[in-house]
Amino acid sequence: MTSLMLRVAEAESLTPLVKRFRFEHPRGESLPLFSGGAHVVVEMPDGDVLRRNAYSLISDPQDGSGYEIAVRREDGGRGGSRFMHARVRPGDLLRISLPLNLFALDLRARKHVLIAGGIGITPFVAQVRQLLRMQLPFELHYGARSRDEAAGLRLLPDVPHIHFHISDESNRMDLGAFLSAQPLGTHVYTCGPEGLINAVAQTGARLGWPKTALHSEVFQAPPPGRPFEVVLARSGRTIEVGAHQSLLEALEAAEVEIDWSCRGGACGRCETRVVSCHGRIEHHDHWLSEDEQSAQTRIMPCVSRFRGESLIIDR
Amino acid sequence: MRATEFSPSIPSRPVYGGLHPHGALPSLMLAEGAGGEALADLAQADPSVMRHAHLFYVPAGAATGPDLAVRLRALGPASYVEGPSYAALRPRFARALADAHMGTRLYLAGSEGLIGQAMAEALAAGLPLEAIDAEHRGGFARRVQCVHCKGITENVATDPFTCSHCGLNLFVRDHYSRRIGAFQGVCVDAETPGIVPEPQEIKP
Amino acid sequence: MTIRFNDETFRDDYSFRNSATAIRRFPFPFDKDDYMYSVNMEPHGTGGRAGSVFEKRFDVDEHYVAEMRDRAITLAGDPLRCQSLPHMELAGWDLLELIMQCKAEDYPDLFQLHRDGDRWHWINRPLGIEQRFTFLDPTTLPCGPMEYITRQAQGDFAVLDQRENNLWMDAGMVTSQADWSLDFDIGMNFFEWHAPVPKAAEMGIFQRALKFLLAIPQGAPSRRLNWTMTVNPRLDTSPENYHLWGPEKRTITPENVGAKQYLRVELQSFWRLPRSNALAFPIRCYLIALEDLVTVPKWARRLHRVIRDLPDELAEYKGFAVNRPIIIDYLAQFDDGKPTSPGIFPDD
Repeated sequence: MTSLMLRVAEAESLTPLVKRFRFEHPRGESLPLFSGGAHVVVEMPDGDVLRRNAYSLISDPQDGSGYEIAVRREDGGRGGSRFMHARVRPGDLLRISLPLNLFALDLRARKHVLIAGGIGITPFVAQVRQLLRMQLPFELHYGARSRDEAAGLRLLPDVPHIHFHISDESNRMDLGAFLSAQPLGTHVYTCGPEGLINAVAQTGARLGWPKTALHSEVFQAPPPGRPFEVVLARSGRTIEVGAHQSLLEALEAAEVEIDWSCRGGACGRCETRVVSCHGRIEHHDHWLSEDEQSAQTRIMPCVSRFRGESLIIDR
Repeated sequence: MRATEFSPSIPSRPVYGGLHPHGALPSLMLAEGAGGEALADLAQADPSVMRHAHLFYVPAGAATGPDLAVRLRALGPASYVEGPSYAALRPRFARALADAHMGTRLYLAGSEGLIGQAMAEALAAGLPLEAIDAEHRGGFARRVQCVHCKGITENVATDPFTCSHCGLNLFVRDHYSRRIGAFQGVCVDAETPGIVPEPQEIKP
Repeated sequence: MTIRFNDETFRDDYSFRNSATAIRRFPFPFDKDDYMYSVNMEPHGTGGRAGSVFEKRFDVDEHYVAEMRDRAITLAGDPLRCQSLPHMELAGWDLLELIMQCKAEDYPDLFQLHRDGDRWHWINRPLGIEQRFTFLDPTTLPCGPMEYITRQAQGDFAVLDQRENNLWMDAGMVTSQADWSLDFDIGMNFFEWHAPVPKAAEMGIFQRALKFLLAIPQGAPSRRLNWTMTVNPRLDTSPENYHLWGPEKRTITPENVGAKQYLRVELQSFWRLPRSNALAFPIRCYLIALEDLVTVPKWARRLHRVIRDLPDELAEYKGFAVNRPIIIDYLAQFDDGKPTSPGIFPDD
């Protein structure tokens, strides 16, 4: 795995719920550059548990002096964001993966329309910097419940094509208006809650937008579920996957060698062959095709789970 | 005449899925010759497609004649433009593309050469490939680019054929470029100059 | 480490020659006695086997200066061999940075790169080039960034845009290709530009290869070897000029096959580019005459078995079916039937 041990240079509250972290190289070396929409995976050693969460980079893609992320505290989550908020201090060293982009701008686009809901603003912060630098036409619509929730207010430049929509101030997003009268070759990018992504997809379909012009990124943490058992074909071992653990995390806890990158079911690195399956794989990934999913011959351990009698995987 | 069914080929060879109504969305329609019948069929399946349609028609070929043009105009498109050839219509078609917005559909019907050229124009204007419906009607002649001199020969009916620009004997590959809107022609007697197979009629 | 650059040609009188060192380090592509398409990817990067073509990230060898001269001749006759769709300019800068940085680090006696913010100063000693320019400002270079740097780097280069879970051939410098046309294929996706390859689509190998390539991360390039056969040490075996070089393919005789028939190996590597998220796909071409190749007994035995047992349609696709019987007869005299050791490197 390509990763770097970086020092926390800054930790700052943007809103009561959202904290910004800046990471720099301990010896001041330059970090690899990236493209807007890229994320990194942060490793959090929390006692016996090693947590790994993916966060979009919000710093300038052309600036290798440091990486910045914004973390929303999810009190009902699996603990990663609470760890970042409560435990991580300037001076700490954390292992950070190299940037990977699964939500890149389509650089052919004649215009880019960015639609963000809540903490879904994060990938767009870097994309806006890239678009401004490349002098490409764009507009950003950023919706949040209240100004307190709108961490992006402090991260975005004051330019006329960035629009804030604060629900408390009765200034809601009108998706139909955003998707009307856009020039040919416009691409739309949505990041935020699943409801927003579905609403953009439905509005787009109604207005005749092809799916290939509509991009989205759901910020997906591995969904919890019932505990299940998995047999590892290569060693014959049986491992237990806890209710709030992913299969990937269970494999890592059992010290099974496995490649990974996005930990969100999108990049394909941890794809694993299923040797036999008596039951139903709950596929939560965006990587396998529908045919591959229904065949139950492959599984993405980072997000997918299992229900049934027995599952044997090629690990 | 029905839509053509082509024999299976390689993944770069275009397949034309036929025209399917997408309702009263804004649209551009472009047909040539017998392709006009595909537009008439489309309007019959769903008359609302004509409400916001800008229709371009090349009434090529005596077989279709003026009757089809009259029928198309009577379908009540938002606008109707007729031209003697695609080359003649192209500037007005290009202007309509420049004025179009996302959500616009493009319906193309006619020969492979017409579909290929109009599709290349639309893609270059930013229209997504998925917003285009195409239906093949008419003959099977191909538009072929000579890989050597880069000249394009229209209406190639046999394989091999003689490049209308450089005169080389070319065989017609199924390899197709959407950007150029043409099949690839490659010298058939490059290794054995003068030994050229008997030309065969190109079939679907 | 200093390289002596050959004064040689890849056309007309074909004065190209491999030195004894070049023969020993030739990237023989077969790790066993038979061949079928496979994804056969392995990690690429610094720390490859010492002395081999895998040692450096962008191998520079004795043919460097002559290959760059041959590329310039090809481009002068057909500028369309180098093209970049408008959205690929950023990827071109990424590629320029990658190659300049790797060459300056791996061959400090040949190349130097001095960076002061966006003010860059590049020195290429073998080609006698010194250039000061502003990074990301194309007007400060004599041509686009991709063309500029690939006129100074051996091998073809394709730069692939990544979108819609596919890769798109949207830019490239292609002057030593194995019979495909960048001008025709530019803008095509992975499946479209591979469409003419027989059998592979049905084997599902392209699906697997594409998935692997889409997931290539920054900082972890990969490589594979591909191969074909060429008559004469000719780099420009383009379809564009097929009518000019095609007749040479029919000049192979039992007497000249060892000298005129070349094994052509592509060292393909794959690099995620940082700013553009594009994938750089360098295709480095190595040529070796059969009479030089058979000086390594393991390679002689194995090449004979591979060529003899290859399915007909592959020989046809790779374009040497017409000469295959003569090649097999020639190689057979060096195959005593003894077993060969695994792997691609010579035994001693």
